[in-house]
Order: sequence, then C-alpha cells, then structure tokens
Amino acid sequence: MARTAVWRAALGVIAFAMISIAPASAVPAVKQITLGAMSVSPMQLTVKTGETVEWINKDVVDHTSTEKKAAIWNVSIAPGKSAKVVMKKAGTFDYYCRYHPNMVAKVIVR
Amino acid sequence: MQVRFGLIAGAACLVAMPAMAQNTKPNDAQIAHIAYTAGALDVEAGKQALAISKNPEIRAFAEQMVKDHSAVNDQALALVKKLKVTPEDNATSKALSAQAAAKRAELARLTGAAFDKAYVANEIAFHKTVNGALSTTLIPSASNGELKSLLQTGLKLFEGHQLHAEHTAKAAN
Repeated sequence: MARTAVWRAALGVIAFAMISIAPASAVPAVKQITLGAMSVSPMQLTVKTGETVEWINKDVVDHTSTEKKAAIWNVSIAPGKSAKVVMKKAGTFDYYCRYHPNMVAKVIVR
Repeated sequence: MQVRFGLIAGAACLVAMPAMAQNTKPNDAQIAHIAYTAGALDVEAGKQALAISKNPEIRAFAEQMVKDHSAVNDQALALVKKLKVTPEDNATSKALSAQAAAKRAELARLTGAAFDKAYVANEIAFHKTVNGALSTTLIPSASNGELKSLLQTGLKLFEGHQLHAEHTAKAAN
C-alpha cells in the first residue's frame, strides 16, 4: 500500500515536470547572429514571424544592427554585449552596421 | 604615439608607399609598427576634430574613430606582447607621421564648416590609403598567422570607416 503511494507520488512529480516543461517549447525561438572579426555570421537568417533575433558582438568595437530601408529596428551593441529584436512583420530585411557600413546582412521573416 | 594625424592620399602614395616598395617586404615588427602608427594617427585626428568641430555628425564620427582605433591598437599591443615582437620604427611609419604633422598644422588653422569639410575629406583619403597599403603590402608580407589575421580584421575596420566617412561627408553638407 505504502509502495503504491510512493509510485503514485513519483508519477505525479514526473507528470508535473512534463506539464511545466511543455509551455517552454511554445515560446518563440531566439536565433542568434554573431558579429565578429568585423563580419556578420550568418549573413542571411530566416525566422518565423514573432521569433526573436539576437545579435552578439564579439568584436572590441561598438556595432549597430540597423534595418536599411526604414530603420524598422536600430539597436546598438557594445563589445561583449548582445541585443534582441522581435521580428513582428514578414518580409526580407537588409540591415547594416551604421558605424561600419560594409557590414551588411539579411533577415528573412516568414 | 604623440604624432597627430593628417595624411592625404596623394602624399601618402608619393611618400609612404614608395618607402615600402623600395625595400624588400617589411618584416612583422615593421608591419606591426606601421599598423599601430596608422591607428594612433587616426586617434589623434579624431581628438583634434573633437577639439575644433561643433558639428554633431562630425563629432560622432570623430568619437567613433577615437574609440575604434584605440580598442584595436590595444588588441594589437596585446598581440605583439604575446608574440614577443617589438614593433620596429621604419621609413613608412616615419613618412606617415611626418605627413600627419604637416596636415595637423594645416587643419589647426581652420574652423567651422571649413574644418569639418577638410577633416572628413582627409579621413576618406587616409582610410583609402591605409586600405591600399594593408591589402597590397602589409597583409601579404605578414608571416605570423595571428598578425595576418588581425591585419585582415583591421582592413575590414578601415574599409568600414572609409564608407562611414563618405556617409558623414554627405550628411554634414
């Protein structure tokens, strides 16, 4: 009897853990882009609407991620820091670093 | 590095580049010195602009030049220390510094829009010249892999600055 109770309790804990974990998979993913050695990697990234893009600056100089056409996003990223943007609108977006305009890349939002 | 920046492309091509071309290719110690000198000269140019200019676009650009080149030169110093290379003064570094002193004196006589225009034009020319030297002489001549890699990153930085200077020139006019 006591052993059955223990098993029930254990199953309860496992079920609770599964329920707790389940909503995490529903959170939109964060996709990362690295700024390093004055280059952007990857140079093209495809994400879904609502997903987050995170730029990580591994250089010793400041960078920005600035959407080219209408500055839909424009974030500054200090050395060793990162910045996130939620991609709310579908489309193809070219972006660049305002300080180093030769650093150009693309985010495609589907 | 006490020398203030003021190199123009034509002068650099006539003075600095032949100084390298006449000799055999520069060694790593000389390359490190030239690259560091170029960065330090642009830091000094930025400081001069910050002391004279009141134009927000020019000041923002100058601040970025000071920050970027100081950071990259710190990285370069750390690398030469690690490699146990002592940067070696040479004809090219001397020519760059001499041209810088002359240009600095010329810019110091200007104020307002005249200074802003001359400063940013000089920045475009300077970065163009250094880009040429990096891609045709310094990077191909570097024998140490880490130094070569840092120079390649430096080239991308200078190319970025040249473009930024061109944008700043348009915005400031």
